[in-house]
Amino acid sequence: MAFEGLADRLQSTIKKITGKGKVSEQDVKEMTREVRLALLEADVNFKVVKNLINRIKERAVGQEVMESLTPGQQVIKVVQDELTALMGGEQSKIAVADRPPTVIMMTGLQGAGKTTTTGKLANHLRKKHNRSPLLVACDVYRPAAVNQLETLGEQLNMPVFSMGTKANPVEIATKAIEQAKAEHNDYVIIDTAGRLHVDNELMEELEEIKSSVKPDEIFLVVDAMTGQDAVNVAESFNEQLDLSGVILTKLDGDTRGGAALSIKAVTDKPIKFAGMGEKLDQLEAFHPERMASRILGMGDVLTLIEKA
Amino acid sequence: EKTRTSFSSKINNLLARYRSVDEDFFEELEDILISADVGVTTVMDLIDELKMEVKRQNIKETDKMKEVISEKLVEIYYGEDSDQIESMNIQNDELTIILVVGVNGVGKTTSIGKMAYQFKQEGKRVVLAAGDTFRAGAIEQLEEWGKRAEVDVIKQSAGSDPAAVIFDGIKAAKSRKADVLICDTAGRLQNKVNLMNELSKVNRVIEREVPGAPHEVLLVLDATTGQNALSQAKTFSEATNVSGIVLTKLDGTAKGGIVLAIRHELNIPVKYVGLGEQVGDLQEFDAHAFVYGLFADMLQE
Ligand SMILES: Nc1nc2c(ncn2[C@@H]2O[C@H](COP(=O)(O)OP(=O)(O)OP(=O)(O)O)[C@@H](O)[C@H]2O)c(=O)[nH]1
Ligand SMILES: Nc1nc2c(ncn2[C@@H]2O[C@H](COP(=O)(O)OP(=O)(O)OP(=O)(O)O)[C@@H](O)[C@H]2O)c(=O)[nH]1
Ligand SMILES: [Mg+2]
Ligand SMILES: [Mg+2]
Repeated sequence: MAFEGLADRLQSTIKKITGKGKVSEQDVKEMTREVRLALLEADVNFKVVKNLINRIKERAVGQEVMESLTPGQQVIKVVQDELTALMGGEQSKIAVADRPPTVIMMTGLQGAGKTTTTGKLANHLRKKHNRSPLLVACDVYRPAAVNQLETLGEQLNMPVFSMGTKANPVEIATKAIEQAKAEHNDYVIIDTAGRLHVDNELMEELEEIKSSVKPDEIFLVVDAMTGQDAVNVAESFNEQLDLSGVILTKLDGDTRGGAALSIKAVTDKPIKFAGMGEKLDQLEAFHPERMASRILGMGDVLTLIEKA
Repeated sequence: EKTRTSFSSKINNLLARYRSVDEDFFEELEDILISADVGVTTVMDLIDELKMEVKRQNIKETDKMKEVISEKLVEIYYGEDSDQIESMNIQNDELTIILVVGVNGVGKTTSIGKMAYQFKQEGKRVVLAAGDTFRAGAIEQLEEWGKRAEVDVIKQSAGSDPAAVIFDGIKAAKSRKADVLICDTAGRLQNKVNLMNELSKVNRVIEREVPGAPHEVLLVLDATTGQNALSQAKTFSEATNVSGIVLTKLDGTAKGGIVLAIRHELNIPVKYVGLGEQVGDLQEFDAHAFVYGLFADMLQE
C-alpha cells in the first residue's frame, strides 16, 4: 500500500519513549511530526492539520502516563480523541417537510457522484422510509445526463421529471414540484449539473434554483479521493448555498479520505451518507468515528496498542 | 492558467515576506507544495535537496531561490529524459489504438471526445469504441461526443461484454481504414480486483488483435484527487501498461501536483491536460511550461 498507517510511522518513536514516566515536550514533538505526516498523506488539509497538531501538543505534553498505556499509546489516544471530536457525531437523518413534498437538492463538482447518489437516495427513501420520490433532471449540460437519470429511474421503477436539455434548470425544478404535488410524490430529489465552485454563472444558477424551490436539504456530494482543494470547494458551496449536509462518495475505494475531516472542519456541516459502490443499494449512513480511524490507519494502531 | 497564477503568486508572496532563507521559509514552501497536492514524500525530498543546494551555493537571499526551486522541480519531472516523453505514440499509415482507463468520474469519456475532435481536425479518420457497458447512460454519452467530433462510435447494448465491444471496434476500425481507434472503458476503483481483471482482458484482446497495440494506454486523473492518485497510477499500471496521463479539471482551483510525484516515483509522463467541458478544452501537456508556469511571475521579474 502506498500509505503507511500512523502505527508504522510511530513504531520507532514509541519504542524510544516506552518505560518513561512522563511524556516530555521532545517526545510529543517527535510524535506529532509523524502524526502530521500521516494526516497529510491521508489528504487532510494542511491548515486543518496545523490546528489539530497544536491542540494535540497542548493536551499531550506533561501528561502523566497512565498505567495501562505506554506514552506512545497515550499520544495516539489523544490524536484519536481529537479526530473523533472533530468528525462529530453520527447524523444520517433526512429532513421531512411539514407539507410535502420534501425537496432535496444535490450539488457538487463534476463527476463527484451526484446523479448516482440521487438514485441511491431515492432507493433509500423508498426502502427505509416507505416514501415515493420524484427524480428531477436539471443537468441540461452534460452529454446524456438526462438519459443517465432516466435509466436510473427505470432501474428503480421510479418517475423521473425531465424537460429535455433546452429548458432552463430553474424552470425544470419549479415544474417538477408542481408535478410532485399533483402526483403525490412526497419527496423531490433534484439532480444538478456538476460545476466548479469558482464558476460564478453556474453557482448563481444553483442559488436561483434554491430560491425558487426552497429545498429542505441541500447536499454537497464530494468524492472521497479529493485532495487539498476539498476545503476550497466545500467552503465556496457552503458560503453560496448554506448546505444542510455532505455526502461522501467512492468510499469503497482505498483512499484514506482525509477530505472528510477537512470538509467538516471548514463547514461544520454533518456528513450524512457514504457512497460505497456504483450500485443503487450501496449507500450507507456515515460513521464519523470509523472515518477517524480510517484516516489514521487506526486498524494498525489498535493492534499496536495490543502488542505493546 | 488560474492554477499557475495563484501558485506563483503564493511563491512570490513567500519570497517577498522572507528576506532570508531560513527554517520558516522552508516550512512555508513546504506548505505551498503540500497544498498543491504534490505529495508528502516528494515534497520532503525536494525540500531536502533544496536545503543542500542552498548550502552548496551559499544562498542567503530568497530571490535567488526562484530559479533553484523551479530547476529542481523540472529536474524531478524529467530526470534523465527529454521532453519526448510527452508526445503521443501515433503510428504512420497504420491503425493506432488508444485505450483509456481510470477510476469513476475522472473525465475519461469527455477526454476521449476531445481527443477524437483533435485527431479529426488533423485530418485523421477516428473510430470510438463504447467499452463502458455498465454505467447508466455511458453509451449515449459517448455517442453524443461522437456527434460533436463527427466520428463513428461502435457500440453494443448496455450490459454486454466490454472485451467484445472492443473487439468489434477493432474490426470496424480496420475495415473502415481508420487511423485512430480510441477505446472507452467503465470507471473502476483500483482496489476492485474483478474489475481490474476485466480491464486486463480488454487489454489482452487489443494486444492479440493488433501486434504492438495498444499504442497508448492513457490513465485519466482528476486534478482534484489527492494522494490516492499515486495508488491509482500504480495499480492501473499493473493491469495495463499505462503509458501516459490525462490530467483533467485543471480549470478548477486544484493544482494537480500529484503528477510530479507520479512521474517521480513511477516514471509516467502526462500527455494531455483537460481545461473544461467543451470539445476544444484539451491541451497537450508541456512539462517545461507546466513546471516553469508554476513560477511564471517569479521568472519574469
Ligand atoms: N465506486 C463507486 N463509484 C461511484 C460512487 N458514486 C458514484 N460512482 C461512480 O462515479 C461516476 C460518476 O458518477 P455520477 O453520478 O455520474 O457523477 P455526477 O456528479 O452526477 O457527474 P456529473 O453530472 O458529470 O457532474 C460514475 O461512474 C458512478 O458510477 C460510489 O460510491 N462508489
Ligand atoms: N471542469 C472540467 N470538467 C471536466 C473536465 N473533463 C471532464 N469533466 C467533467 O467531469 C464529469 C465526468 O466526466 P466523464 O467524461 O463522464 O468521466 P468518466 O471518467 O468517463 O466517468 P465514468 O465513465 O462514470 O467513470 C463530466 O461532468 C465532465 O463534463 C475538465 O477538464 N474540466
Ligand atoms: Mg450527473
Ligand atoms: Mg465514462
